Amino acid sequence: MSTTFWIIIAGAVATYLTRIGGHLVISRFDNIHPRVEAGLNAVPAAVLTTLVAPELLNAGPAEWAALVVTAVVSLRGGLMSMFLAGAAVLIVARQFVG
Amino acid sequence: MSAEVISESRAKSDFWQGVRLSMPVVVASAPFAVLFGALAVDNGFSVLEAFLMSALVFGGASQMVGIQLFGQHVAPWLIVLSIFAVNFRHVLYSAGIGRRIAHWPIIQQALGYFILTDPQFAVAEARAASGRTVGFAWYLGLGLPVYVFWVIESALGAVFGKLIPDTHALGIDFLLPIYFLGLVMGFRKRPLWLPVVVASAAASIIAYKTVGSPWHVSIGAIAGVLLAVILPPHHSGVGERP
Repeated sequence: MSTTFWIIIAGAVATYLTRIGGHLVISRFDNIHPRVEAGLNAVPAAVLTTLVAPELLNAGPAEWAALVVTAVVSLRGGLMSMFLAGAAVLIVARQFVG
Repeated sequence: MSAEVISESRAKSDFWQGVRLSMPVVVASAPFAVLFGALAVDNGFSVLEAFLMSALVFGGASQMVGIQLFGQHVAPWLIVLSIFAVNFRHVLYSAGIGRRIAHWPIIQQALGYFILTDPQFAVAEARAASGRTVGFAWYLGLGLPVYVFWVIESALGAVFGKLIPDTHALGIDFLLPIYFLGLVMGFRKRPLWLPVVVASAAASIIAYKTVGSPWHVSIGAIAGVLLAVILPPHHSGVGERP
């Protein structure tokens, strides 16, 4: 078997461990402390933010415009409408500012 | 007997309700699946390997990081470690969703964790937060179409990827941040949302500049979660039992 194959297998095992690991560890506790619960509630926003924030360092006017429009539309619309609005602004803006 | 019929038809309608909710995710992830396939072949993967990685790992950002490092001839153990680091956030999702699906049979739970992606967690958590139970049929309806389309589109991208003319003009390289920003905004009604987002943003940018990618993901996330843990419970809206 090729090295690539083993990288994919090992990567898949590592990924599954992350997906089941939190449950296997946390479920050993009977009661969840309020602070732990507060931490868990903060998880999605905390993680997803880290996938966006560093992009701001490399973002130009087109990217900024797309993110601002995305944020504004998300106050009213659903996920799909805000995604399409942001993508549309990005594509149009890049025709002008590259 | 009639109870079984009723529960079976309810499971069916739950499944299709999940499928409906999966559609925005299917559409939003399609460009990334095709892009992954195209980039994978470009970085030395075969079409079969691109297909296998999507089918077995099923994690967009980590797959992108994996093929990028592979193309740079980075040591295999470091590629696997980077995939692990990018996906480490799932430990936190897993701990969160575990509270919602603990009543499922063990095989269903094992499958449920396999398809636990960012949007899967976000949508399932939103359902649980609104007071409804997260059933297996509904959860599978939400996750299965995303998985099937992801794998098929990755293979298609690998086959036809080199035909994409100008990925920059089409904005494909920046669709992921836009999508993730939308998910972040979706959680804005949660207690401590703004301080958590600010802490995670600052920490991830600093980590990105110093430690480097992909560790900024784990470091930034830990900063935001720690802040929520450290702040007094009455700020976070939990544990206020009379």
